[in-house]
Amino acid sequence: MTGGLVTPELEALVGKAWPPVIHEVDRTGIRMWARAVGIDDPIFHDEAAARERGYERLPAPPGFMGVPRRMPGDVEPGPPIRGLHPELTRSLNGGTEYEYRSTVMAGDELVASTTISDITERSGSVGPMLLITRETTYRRDDEAVAILRATVINY
Amino acid sequence: MADAQVYVEDVEPGDAIPEIVKRCTPRQLVMWASASGDFYEIHYDVEYARTIGLSGLVVHGALKNAFLGHLLHDWIAPAGRIVRYGCSYRGMDYPEQDLRCRGKVTEISVREGDGLVDLDIWIENRSGEVTTPGTATVSLPCRQGGER
Repeated sequence: MTGGLVTPELEALVGKAWPPVIHEVDRTGIRMWARAVGIDDPIFHDEAAARERGYERLPAPPGFMGVPRRMPGDVEPGPPIRGLHPELTRSLNGGTEYEYRSTVMAGDELVASTTISDITERSGSVGPMLLITRETTYRRDDEAVAILRATVINY
Repeated sequence: MADAQVYVEDVEPGDAIPEIVKRCTPRQLVMWASASGDFYEIHYDVEYARTIGLSGLVVHGALKNAFLGHLLHDWIAPAGRIVRYGCSYRGMDYPEQDLRCRGKVTEISVREGDGLVDLDIWIENRSGEVTTPGTATVSLPCRQGGER
């Protein structure tokens, strides 16, 4: 299987807009994330410590953009990133980059808008693969506070 | 956490930043699954991981990204901030193995009292192989608030 993995159908996904998703940034989510990472700076755990350091509310640790709000029966939000080709049934995370314009904090309701920015075919040690790169902009009111660029590998 | 604030005047290209070492337990991977919402079975179901040809449980890529965020945060706290950071997942990492999270300053520029520092950041495994290379830009305070 060489070439031709990026079908016109897949090509059409690039740049397409998907309905935005609300991400709720709350204190519990921040603390759970900080505990899971093992990041023990008290500003991520203790509101008094955060205020002492000049934060109105608990700041989000690096990489935490809240929890997507989903209702029972909702389909997975955003563009498909797995199983884009019938012969490539497995997937791996390829890479993640965050760009910050502002501090994400407890109480934020971020509006996350995602587009697939690129679909590329490669051949690697695991055989043919598709690299799907997506970009998510997180907005608070109308201000872009952070941008995520992430690549998923289908192989 | 860093004991004292690092200022942009304190750093030079080539400087290594203080490393942190992470060693994941399966429990930590489950805590991460729950905190991040990534419930892909290869991170907590050994049988499933083996079924698809892996040797065992695998550390989440995004958790390694968060470890690099932790590395940067500890270096720049309290007054620095992360402008951007990211990494690629080139090699798998496994629980119960030391993951060394490291970084090195590559470039420094000062603009309007804001010290921007570029870094290479990475995670290496117990064999010294870089499994997770990345880059970052952080902003550090200036001692004088002026030009370097």
